[in-house]
Amino acid sequence: MKRRWNWHLYAGFLLCLAGFGSYPFVFAEYPVTRDVPWANFLLFAVGGILLVIGLQRAFGQAQQYRGKIFGPILGALSLLALGFFCYIVFYMTKQLPPPSTALQVGQKAPEFVLTDTNNNPVALSSLLSAPLPGMQTAPKGVLLVFYRGYW
Amino acid sequence: MDTPETTRELCAKAGYTYTFLSDPNAEVIRRYDILHRGAGPNGHDIARPAEYLLDASGTIRWLNLTEDYRVRARPEQIIEQAKALR
Repeated sequence: MKRRWNWHLYAGFLLCLAGFGSYPFVFAEYPVTRDVPWANFLLFAVGGILLVIGLQRAFGQAQQYRGKIFGPILGALSLLALGFFCYIVFYMTKQLPPPSTALQVGQKAPEFVLTDTNNNPVALSSLLSAPLPGMQTAPKGVLLVFYRGYW
Repeated sequence: MDTPETTRELCAKAGYTYTFLSDPNAEVIRRYDILHRGAGPNGHDIARPAEYLLDASGTIRWLNLTEDYRVRARPEQIIEQAKALR
């Protein structure tokens, strides 16, 4: 009897790949799925279940299903992908220096002058004092956001 | 850490209209003590993510450092803090 295609193995593997790859391109865009990557773990879980079913069929019903060789290979690759993902979200992105205590709430933010995207110098003091276009009075405050950089 | 040219391209692509400043030598990053040595591409220094909310006098009223650079302050949190400035 011709052995059937063991699609669970492929589907499981693809879902695990999606679990890994969809984080930077899809789920990291939204805080609700970025801070705790539950959507990605869900993809890995469903992929893992499919892989297990596929492997059970490949070894338990070997006369009906293929996959004794590429099944374990796909399974190992999926585990690698999961392991790498966990390394990134549970360890790598937490490697930061100890929080600075140099600047505290209540202190004055240090003055600076930096260049904007049109190569014009912009001073913090002018951001605090110059009214925005269309306004009469100075802003009530300034939000400074430091990005990591290297877009 | 990026040059004005790099950030200009980013802002054009992403549609940002707020003031975007460049600190390519990490001077201000150092003055605010948020340098992360060697953590950038090719071992360059990089900033750690940080947000500072200043009132009209330039005093820090709220600041946010993160323990995980995937997790940043959400807009709603910042807006709530900004409302408290009034």
